[in-house]
Amino acid sequence: MTTAPASISPLPRGRLRRLGGAHGFARFVARRIAALALLLVGITAVAFVLTQLVPSNAVATNLGEQAAGDPAAVAAFKHHYGLDRPLPQRYGLYLWHTLHGDLGQSSLTHDAVTHDLGQTIPATAELALYAVLFAAIAGITFGVVAALRRNKPTDHLLRVASLAGISMPTFWIALIALYVGFYRLNWFPGAGRLEPGVDPPKSITGLYTIDALLHGDLGLFGQAFHHLVLPALVLAAFNVSLLTRFTRSAVLEVIGNDYVRAARAKGLPGRVVVVRYILRAALPAVVTVLGLVFANVLTGAVLVEKIFSWPGIGQYAYEAAVNLDVPSIAGVSIFVAVVYVTVNFVVDVLYGVIDPRIRLT
Amino acid sequence: MTVIALPRIRLGPAWRQPLAVAGLAIALAWIVIAIFAPLLAPHSSLAQSFPASQSPSWAHPFGTDELGRDVFSRVIDGSRVTLPIAVVLVALAATIGSTVGAVAGYFRGVADGVLMRLVDLVFAFPPIILAMVVAAVLGRGLFNAALAIVVVAWPSYARVARGLVLQVGDSEFVQSARLLGASSRRTLFRDVLPNVAGPILVLATLDLANAILLLSGLSFLGLGAQPPKAEWGSMVAEGTQYFQWWWIGTFPGLAIFTVVLAFNFLGDSLRDVFDPRTARRVEE
Repeated sequence: MTTAPASISPLPRGRLRRLGGAHGFARFVARRIAALALLLVGITAVAFVLTQLVPSNAVATNLGEQAAGDPAAVAAFKHHYGLDRPLPQRYGLYLWHTLHGDLGQSSLTHDAVTHDLGQTIPATAELALYAVLFAAIAGITFGVVAALRRNKPTDHLLRVASLAGISMPTFWIALIALYVGFYRLNWFPGAGRLEPGVDPPKSITGLYTIDALLHGDLGLFGQAFHHLVLPALVLAAFNVSLLTRFTRSAVLEVIGNDYVRAARAKGLPGRVVVVRYILRAALPAVVTVLGLVFANVLTGAVLVEKIFSWPGIGQYAYEAAVNLDVPSIAGVSIFVAVVYVTVNFVVDVLYGVIDPRIRLT
Repeated sequence: MTVIALPRIRLGPAWRQPLAVAGLAIALAWIVIAIFAPLLAPHSSLAQSFPASQSPSWAHPFGTDELGRDVFSRVIDGSRVTLPIAVVLVALAATIGSTVGAVAGYFRGVADGVLMRLVDLVFAFPPIILAMVVAAVLGRGLFNAALAIVVVAWPSYARVARGLVLQVGDSEFVQSARLLGASSRRTLFRDVLPNVAGPILVLATLDLANAILLLSGLSFLGLGAQPPKAEWGSMVAEGTQYFQWWWIGTFPGLAIFTVVLAFNFLGDSLRDVFDPRTARRVEE
């Protein structure tokens, strides 16, 4: 539940000492990496505990009836996954397998979980990419406008609109978007990444729009783009609000500075001042929301992908959870959490680069 | 002993904020609806009338669903499901989280390290993924879904409470209480926690909005309320299956939207009152 910026922790008081530039930064990064490593071990532990909590017969679901009747096959299976050993050892083995890219076999698809993830990740990545792109364009624009018109009707309107934006359930917007955009107006296709029967472009990145462009197939690009506009817009809605608010406050921090006043005073056109002086100084602060945006996109993806039949990781996670497909649940959790903490780690480090005070916390 | 009496001083202007007033009005309206639901709903939430799937009319202002049940009555009834559960689960998450955070911030050292790593760990998972998995593992149902949300929700309170307790713990009145020989428990509960309550309350109000979204989201996915219970999220889910009948999903969704909006209006205004900086601060 990280949608609200929750941290009110104070800046470090009384221990502001000067850190020798590069050396201090290296120490800062090293500390963050240590924390990250600890977190990654913790994540696998959580995933492991989850797999142990679910009452299921791993042998029967994974091997199928015939093999489960064969003692040798059962013993081999149990030995491979360490089911014949005590819990701590099993966790060690689980960690070992995970580190070697073996997340087990999905009991639903009967494929390796890593294979399934490889199939679903590009679909979500493509959707998320466009959602973040749409959200950034709209959110940063709105945020700048709100800050420039501070405490005027436009600002108030944007505040209400952005609160409304974070108040709408994603699955509800998706339903309305489908009803209006597909059923009523028929402007957008209803479901999936491409028309039924159309072959996807030969995979390079797995993102259809990009692959289509790389192959120079504009028609296919158009179709793939057409399919993802509606779900991406729905996914963007929540983040537009978030980015609007962060951009607004970041711009407000900057706007009163002397150099901005100087730029205006020497007669630079308003647009130049906003883009070159204000935005340039304000945008780095907006970077810090990216972790939050990523979490929101994943949250939304679970709901949006279900409605738009988008074969991504959200849909996969949902299917796995509902069917208690334990290896997949654990695999998805690990993957998502690892990406999530990595994004936050990168954001942290970037922020340390931007604002050296942070390195002290 | 309470030196930092932030709330009382600045509460006045808050009610001059139109957003806070609007939020409060909508929230109160929904609470009244929830209390008097049996009197307000024209039909039983399970009663069927045929033909099914009628569009909105005077007899059925929000139409009827695919089984011929009155959507208006079901939306009203749904308030009795969502609101109390959301309030209880947020109160529970706030209590657990603040206590953990307070203990970490007050005793520092090892306790702090261990508890905060635990908090980091929960934060490592996007809320809905973790909630979905926990709810699925516990078994489908409203109670388990609420429990799953508590699991996801408490760490935010722990972080905020810890930060505040660290701050308050250094203040002179807490130091003097310690010098006077007050026990840890007494200092923590009598001197420290009351001063932490304000920001926690703001967070809880905003969190109420998140909790309702998450709860209805889980129900939408089929992991929360089970049919035939009139729960808003699962009603929207029914709507997605018959979206030519737009009213089945639109009105329950509108109900979620208005309730969540009310708490967001309230929380946002409260946040400005309690700590004008918070809105500008970025999560570390």
